[in-house]
Amino acid sequence: MKKLVLSMISFIVWVLLSWPFTPHGIDWQAIVVGIVASGFVGILFGDVFTDSPHRFFELKRYFWLLYFIAVFVWAFLEASFDFAYRVLHPSLPIRPGIIKVKTKLKKRAGIAMLANSIGFAPGAVTVEVIGDTLYIHMACLRYQDTEEATAYVVRRFERILERIFE
Amino acid sequence: MREIIGYFFMFIGVLFDAVGCIGLVRLPDLYNRLQASLKCVAMGTSLILLGTIIIVGVSPVGAKAFLCLLFILIISPTTEHALARASYIAGVKMWEKSIVDRLNEDKKSETG
Repeated sequence: MKKLVLSMISFIVWVLLSWPFTPHGIDWQAIVVGIVASGFVGILFGDVFTDSPHRFFELKRYFWLLYFIAVFVWAFLEASFDFAYRVLHPSLPIRPGIIKVKTKLKKRAGIAMLANSIGFAPGAVTVEVIGDTLYIHMACLRYQDTEEATAYVVRRFERILERIFE
Repeated sequence: MREIIGYFFMFIGVLFDAVGCIGLVRLPDLYNRLQASLKCVAMGTSLILLGTIIIVGVSPVGAKAFLCLLFILIISPTTEHALARASYIAGVKMWEKSIVDRLNEDKKSETG
């Protein structure tokens, strides 16, 4: 099961990379090579893949993923403009510091995704993850308290991610 | 028309990249510089790739640009985290005007 899902994903990446859709029809040679190669990838690396591959077949998760992408793009835009403003401002208005937040997510993939998306939240980068505690470096601190910071930084990604990964 | 929109996105992207580089020079310590290079440069590069996708449309080049965009969004925060964590463990100092350092406080209370 794991191996099958991983093979499918690597086959999709292969199709995007090799692009077998020529004007005269589909280039079957590339497709066959892709099937063989992605099968090998699945057999060799299936063991290090996610523990619960059946989740890939639940359609509901993909709709939440689309919603997550929308939220993520908005946070990314906000963060970039915010940071560009801080960098270009003559007096450099930053108040850096490392704060602590807690997450309710249990799965490793969910926590990794959360840490990644915090990297794109306004002025934050994850420094260390220990269990359910994330230490975040923020360029402009608004909250130093753990609960407040969790509500402000983590919640907006977490409530969507727990529907995708948990 | 499509080319004009694509070049517009590329132009904005290059501007963001430039801001990221200015940030690398102006900001005081490693952690803030990492953030400048994460946010502004990832944004700039994404916009350049988006402009490429708009210009070339659905084609081999467009598919590769889309894959690059996806990988940049996944990999750049991961490398950023790896660099931040490694430099914290190696003991790179934070800016002296930094406000709090909860990680340091927690480490001290653990070791007593």
